[in-house]
Amino acid sequence: MSNTEETLIPKIGVVTEVRVDTPDVKTFRVTAPEGGKVFEHMPGQCAMLSIPGVGEAMFSITSSPTNKEFMEFSIKKCGCLTTWLHQMDVGQQITVRGPYGKCFPVETELKGKNLVFIAGGIGLAPLRSVINYCRHYRENYGTIDIVYGSRSMDDLVDYQEIQEEWCKEAGINVHLTIDREQKEWDGHVGFVPTYVKELGFDLDKIILICGPPIMIKFTLQGLEELGFQKSQVYTTMELRMKCGVGKCGRCNIGNKYVCKDGPVFRFDELGELPDEY
Amino acid sequence: MREINEMLKKKVSELLENGTADRIIGWQAGEFCYDVTPAVMRKDNLDELFYNGFCGANQSKYLIQESLEEGKVLALLKPCDTYSFNQLVKEHRVNREKVYALGIPCSGMLDVDKIKALGITGILSIEDNGEEIKVATMYGDKTCKRTEVLQERCKVCKGKEHKAYDELLIPDEDAPEVPNGEDRFELVNKLEAMTSQERFDFWRGELSKCIRCNACRNVCPACSCRTCVFDNDNSGVAAKSNADDFEENMFHIIRAFHVAGRCTDCGECSRVCPQHIPLHLLNRKFIKDIDEFYGEFQAGEDDTAKGPLTAYTEGDCEPSIVMEKGGEA
Amino acid sequence: MFKIALDKIDELFAALSGNETLYLPIEKSGEIEFYPYEKDAKVRLDALHTVKSAKDLFFPQTENLMNMKLDGKNIQIEEGRHVEDPFVLFGVRACDARSFDVLDKVFLADPVDSYYAARREHGVIVSMACSRPEETCFCNVFGIDATMPEGDVVVWLDTDHLYWEAKTEKGEALTKTVESVLTDSDSKAVEAQIAATKEIMDKLPLKDLDLTRFTEDEMMNIFNDSRWAEMSEHCLGCGTCTFVCPTCQCYDIRDYDTGHGVVRYRCWDSCMYRDFTRMAHGNPRKSQLERFRQRFMHKLVYFPENNDGMFSCVGCGRCLSKCPIHTNIAKVIKTMGVKEHE
Repeated sequence: MSNTEETLIPKIGVVTEVRVDTPDVKTFRVTAPEGGKVFEHMPGQCAMLSIPGVGEAMFSITSSPTNKEFMEFSIKKCGCLTTWLHQMDVGQQITVRGPYGKCFPVETELKGKNLVFIAGGIGLAPLRSVINYCRHYRENYGTIDIVYGSRSMDDLVDYQEIQEEWCKEAGINVHLTIDREQKEWDGHVGFVPTYVKELGFDLDKIILICGPPIMIKFTLQGLEELGFQKSQVYTTMELRMKCGVGKCGRCNIGNKYVCKDGPVFRFDELGELPDEY
Repeated sequence: MREINEMLKKKVSELLENGTADRIIGWQAGEFCYDVTPAVMRKDNLDELFYNGFCGANQSKYLIQESLEEGKVLALLKPCDTYSFNQLVKEHRVNREKVYALGIPCSGMLDVDKIKALGITGILSIEDNGEEIKVATMYGDKTCKRTEVLQERCKVCKGKEHKAYDELLIPDEDAPEVPNGEDRFELVNKLEAMTSQERFDFWRGELSKCIRCNACRNVCPACSCRTCVFDNDNSGVAAKSNADDFEENMFHIIRAFHVAGRCTDCGECSRVCPQHIPLHLLNRKFIKDIDEFYGEFQAGEDDTAKGPLTAYTEGDCEPSIVMEKGGEA
Repeated sequence: MFKIALDKIDELFAALSGNETLYLPIEKSGEIEFYPYEKDAKVRLDALHTVKSAKDLFFPQTENLMNMKLDGKNIQIEEGRHVEDPFVLFGVRACDARSFDVLDKVFLADPVDSYYAARREHGVIVSMACSRPEETCFCNVFGIDATMPEGDVVVWLDTDHLYWEAKTEKGEALTKTVESVLTDSDSKAVEAQIAATKEIMDKLPLKDLDLTRFTEDEMMNIFNDSRWAEMSEHCLGCGTCTFVCPTCQCYDIRDYDTGHGVVRYRCWDSCMYRDFTRMAHGNPRKSQLERFRQRFMHKLVYFPENNDGMFSCVGCGRCLSKCPIHTNIAKVIKTMGVKEHE
């Protein structure tokens, strides 16, 4: 066997906790069989999870790297593999490989900046890693705003953590919204793009956005109308991936591979590429 | 041929001009004299239309998509294409109302791979002089006999009669005869005469060349499923690879079964196969069996008759005959 | 330079296959592929091309990556590779020989693909100069010299001799193992053949394909060119072009349940296939136009952009002769090489 890194051969992880977030999203806590993390990562990076005979797919690591005991994955039930993952119990082994892709530039371009996180639905998963990273190194960042919307109250991922930690922390403004009126809900109602425009952020901020393509499209339009430049907005992409290392050839947008050159892109970079995502 | 070409251009432009159809699936010249590409043409680029001895491809499958679009499409059907066309109309895959079928004559289509197999390479131009084909190459002029380089299907031509059309470019009786005369089932007979081991070895040799490109399936007018069973992720098989070394065999056998009774023997599968696997022999074996068990039947002969495998009659043979036939030869 | 008379060439093949597997163009069931040499095999050195390219030896169409087992809540993973056997790949044409450089850019880039790398390490390439190119050849367009291919050893064939010249250390080592069947030779015959072939190359109909428009600056213009629609209109969406191509390197990773466990294997994939980019929640390339465009954009624009201008095409011409509807990269280069509305 050669000494090069075996990128395609995964490691084994064990599910140590399953949290039901929403009717179709569960968060899985995963450790190495001997305990501890399977590998280290940076916020925004992804991992390939698989079950032999079922399939393998890329998921963003939703836990912050500052957590030293485990990794977490928030996964929406969507296809073959995710359906299988959703019926897992604690103790189930899965395979994990990674970390893949470039992280959000938390140590460079985002440092010292005022940040706005905008997420829709399961789109919170990759941003949660960055949010908790920034909370951990709070002194390195300016103001933090979080705009998060979902179809309904029940579809808000990590609602408990948002309520009990984020909302209570000084210097973090959390703006929640849901698409339609709901009895128990006394917060904002409306779509994320409109809400962002209503909130009208100062132009000195850096935006990190993730959610359904249609939400991203209209939010970006709104931000531009507010006067933001594309170079102030970061997002993270998802396309079909098989290898995770820029070789299998399917996750490209133009000459960039999402798995290797992304998944984090700045909108001015994306603007120079074909609109094929 | 030049004469036919002129007639065709004139007729097509007339039909587009008078609104009988608004577009045509025609032929466009390629890089070389033998590579022609199907293309949709309209009034404005009709001068690119041409027809020659390399327009072998059966375009009836394109009509599935074309007949879903706005307006009427003009289809050029060679006699053998009309069988596939009928079959597609019968299966409600092609909307007959949306197609204007112009029957065009055919004097047998040429197979450039057969010319190359004669050692004639570096082809620059080909002159079709009827019995004799003159080929100019980078290595000098060569000639070959038409019968040597005919497409496989043309050697067992079904005849010059169009089985479906709205109009004929020239009456069938005035059309040229195709020099055929080979027995359609000769090779099937040979395969049947083999021992099962010999037959197994023959098919393993052929089918293991398969590269799973799916060209045979994608070109086949009888393979008209919107999503093929082999493209179903949940089927447990992959349409593009051989996870074990028998998978390509299964693919072709299953495909042959699926088109049994509906295959018109148009030969497209073998024409497009990059490995020249004689896939049509699988289909012909089924056709021969069907003929023997249920009486002579030609799929696509018309657009109404029920196929022998979809119609029950009291005279149908007992299923056990398949078992008996399938035993050691 | 060495030589051996063609009527004794079996001695050379016997010597080459003495210690390791020798792959060379062999005809089986009417078609020619790189198969392992065995006595009485129908060796076809006269053939210009095998159907599948020589990439199959380094990046096989299907290869097992690992064996896995899912046993209740537990998973076992075992290595399941077969890549360490040394082999000689004989009779590779200049186009295919260059394709290894293209594949290296992908598979040997960080992180190195250890399966591919092991085969590259264990394979010795004996390439073969062309003397009878066909009308579909256009390797010269990519700066390839068909008379002087890359490789560890280069051989030239004339009507009665094979001429042999080692080009690398690996080639020298291989030469040592077969020296006993070779005799010394001057290079006159080879020089004469090269000159004659070059004259033929000058007459190739596609030798002047112009690649100058395919640059980074033109990426979006080419991508948005409306002529992709008509070019892709009748594409069957089959994988013929991809699977006969020496440089197409996209792959899929799939699991196969053997009944006793799961084999995770890798296989060639085609961007022409509908499921190539399909995800549970949608597909960014829904139409054949988008898939067709991707294949050529990759070869002519994206790949060169990422790899110092190297195109992901070597002009072997396989797709020209194999596409069921004769749509191919030469037509794309001709069409897209000229700006729209010019």
